[in-house]
Amino acid sequence: MTTVTDSHDDHHDHGPAKGWMRWITTTNHKDIGTLYLVFALIMFMLGGAMAMIIRLELFQPGLQFIDPGFFNQLTTVHALVMIFGGVMPAFVGLANWMLPIMIGGPDMALPRMNNWSFWILPFAFAMLLGTFFMDGGAPAGGWTIYPPLVLQGGNGFPFMVFAIHMMGISSVMGAINVIVTILNMRAPGMTLMKMPLFVWTWFITAYLLIAVMPVLAGAVTMLLTDRFFDTSFFSAAGGGDPVLFQHIFWFFGHPEVYILILPAFGIVSSIIPTFARKPLFGYSSMVYATSSIAFLSFIVWAHHMFTVGMPLEGELFFMYATMLIAVPTGVKVFNWISTMWKGSMTFETPMLFAIGFVIMFTIGGFSGLMLAIAPADFQYHDTYFVVAHFHYVLVTGAVYSIMASVYYWIPKWTGNMYDEKLGQWHFWLSTVSVNVLFFPQHFLGLAGMPRRIPDYSVQFTEFNMWSSIGGFAFGLSQVFFCYIVYKTIKGGEKATDEVWEGADGLEWTLSSPPPYHSFTTAPEIK
Amino acid sequence: MNKLKQLFAAGIASTFMSSVAYAEYGLNMPVGVTETSRQIYDLHMLILWVCVVIGVVVFGAMIYSMIYHRKSQGAVASQFHESMTAEIVWTVIPFIILIVMAIPATNVLIDMHDGSESDMTVKVTGYQWKWRYEYIGEDVSFFSSLDAKSNEARQVGSDIDPSTVENYLLNVDHPLVIPVGKKVRFLLTASDVIHSWWVPDFGWKKDAIPGFVNEAWVVVDEPGVYRGQCAELCGRDHGFMPIVVEVKTEADYAIWLADQKNAAAAAKLAAIEDLDPRELKRKGKKVYRANCVACHQKKGEGVPGVFPAIKGSAIATGDINEHINIIMNGKAGTAMAGFKDQLSDVELAAVVTYQRNSLGNKVGDAVQPAEIAVLR
Repeated sequence: MTTVTDSHDDHHDHGPAKGWMRWITTTNHKDIGTLYLVFALIMFMLGGAMAMIIRLELFQPGLQFIDPGFFNQLTTVHALVMIFGGVMPAFVGLANWMLPIMIGGPDMALPRMNNWSFWILPFAFAMLLGTFFMDGGAPAGGWTIYPPLVLQGGNGFPFMVFAIHMMGISSVMGAINVIVTILNMRAPGMTLMKMPLFVWTWFITAYLLIAVMPVLAGAVTMLLTDRFFDTSFFSAAGGGDPVLFQHIFWFFGHPEVYILILPAFGIVSSIIPTFARKPLFGYSSMVYATSSIAFLSFIVWAHHMFTVGMPLEGELFFMYATMLIAVPTGVKVFNWISTMWKGSMTFETPMLFAIGFVIMFTIGGFSGLMLAIAPADFQYHDTYFVVAHFHYVLVTGAVYSIMASVYYWIPKWTGNMYDEKLGQWHFWLSTVSVNVLFFPQHFLGLAGMPRRIPDYSVQFTEFNMWSSIGGFAFGLSQVFFCYIVYKTIKGGEKATDEVWEGADGLEWTLSSPPPYHSFTTAPEIK
Repeated sequence: MNKLKQLFAAGIASTFMSSVAYAEYGLNMPVGVTETSRQIYDLHMLILWVCVVIGVVVFGAMIYSMIYHRKSQGAVASQFHESMTAEIVWTVIPFIILIVMAIPATNVLIDMHDGSESDMTVKVTGYQWKWRYEYIGEDVSFFSSLDAKSNEARQVGSDIDPSTVENYLLNVDHPLVIPVGKKVRFLLTASDVIHSWWVPDFGWKKDAIPGFVNEAWVVVDEPGVYRGQCAELCGRDHGFMPIVVEVKTEADYAIWLADQKNAAAAAKLAAIEDLDPRELKRKGKKVYRANCVACHQKKGEGVPGVFPAIKGSAIATGDINEHINIIMNGKAGTAMAGFKDQLSDVELAAVVTYQRNSLGNKVGDAVQPAEIAVLR
């Protein structure tokens, strides 16, 4: 009996374990959230370093530094690292930190699985990055890994496939955890339609993840058997179909891009009302718009493939369906602006990044609408116009929302305020440089520069130079960001519980930093 | 590091000082030289302006709000939210705009899919990393690869300034030639991986996919030279397989076509003559540099793990018949393509002889074009 009592007492006052083993064995949502976020930051800097080499080679025409084969490895792994190692883990980290708190729960519903889903990732990425040191180097067929090209790769190929499997398992487990947490751990009175939008958007994202990550796993497994076990799923010579792979890949790939942006919508929908000191305009329409986008994301995949030679009816269907996405996306933008309208706004760093998100994500949305027009896409497709488009939605979209949320919540996480002056500098440096980096790429694409080329004709020189200079400046700005985060963790002005004057939500009712088990007694929901 | 500094100094200097050198850089999509390309350009401009107008309204409202509804201006927050009317308005208006844009886009798409009643057909085949053009029914076919000057300048560390090379990376040895004002139908396919055939002035690109035949067409209005590039990542030298189309008047085209037929006939006769092994080796070096070097490298050392070395390889120093076989027919399941259709008898004989007696190999034998001809 005594032993039972002892362990029961332990349970009540136990905090984090001592020493570095805390981070290996932790099942605490905040510790795991921190691990995810730190991991994402490391991957973001690594993927960024690859981009710097790419921009260095593209600074002027001619090949100055790297072999074209290595260039292809860099573009491929840069994308895989940024998508699967940067943006997705960052969002999972934010979900881990904030979801239990936002719904008034003590922790995630499945804490051991939570630990596992994080600790798979470092191994997956060690394996993916390890391919750079193998015979034949890293995969070089582009992140879209189209056969037959990707099957020509060296020994790194099966390792990439296995790494993708591990990332997929990690994501699916993370998604299951999110859904189970949201459905089971809400405080009494927290009905679905009272949940903060970040919770809602993650709820929908989690379903997308469960729906499409297995599709990717299937596709890469078929590649694996085509290469090593003499199947011919994607080889025309054996009765297969290389275009089939593209259909499967983009059936995963298009919902994937919404996986990368829906949580961002939720973050921005939390930040703008706080700094406008005004409730979100149209909460329920935001929920419905997010659901519509999620639904549409499943029926537009072939707009990535307008040039593969589909029948007319197919091209028309995918063109119309894609254009339709503009409607719910527009609803979101209009709702954010109406929230700002007649508010009482202040422009602290999180708000700056949120507004930067709305403006530049919308620019990416405009180029997306242009790309939806199939005949025009015959010109835009596979050019720098597309590169500009998806970097506007992913960098100034997804990544900006992540930075906004770091500034927004880091006082809550650490109990310290970040240095507002440095934050503002970081925003303006990033915003100027990111536009110098990506805006000229629209012109390059329209003028005829294909994507994924290591060298180009001389008439593309000037804009490439601008783009590279912007790239280096943007890269340095993120080193500065790392410093700001480090400085905030180390110390700074103590944050209040509420942190922001206009903040609304359960996270602001807890202390800064919050107790180890967020809500041990459920809060009362009005 | 010094190289890096020089490069940046030179680069920045040329950005600001010699705009003239790159005066022809474009900001916008080319209008192009076909009816289709003009329709697409109009669609592009229409949607661009629609986006600009929406952008001005949306961003204008945001900026107004950011200026006047800020706390430092003494703004007090209203607490209004939720309006069904507003939600309906900003759902319906964009929907109507989309329909207005979808109608012309649909019409253009329908036009583009009509490849019927063409005057001639050219089959385009993508190879790593060149194009093959076959004039269907004319018995004319040839390969088109990056021109020698660009190819020399683009090697890593070549020290040749690309701006001194005319049409750097956008020039080929044998351009495609088509007549003006005729409906030319293209059948596109590929022999190894997926490529994409794109000439911006024609208004479209289309993927060339192994095992599939895609269709597209053009009617070009004015004679001229139009340039483009492969648009689908196709491996190491994806950036180095340009497309050049010379559009000639009907009379000039007829003369060109006759010349091609004569040249092909002459080449067939030439293949029968035996050549001196030294001559073969000399020719073989050229063929090697144009076709093999991208994978097997300049000194035949290959790339470990992906592209085997030729230097000291069992094939290039072993049985000559096996060596000829692998070069003519390729090796299944690898990137090694068969060159039977890509190279002439002379070229095949030359490159085999070169590989066996150069790149560190000293086998001492040779193969004659006539022997290759028998194997076809």
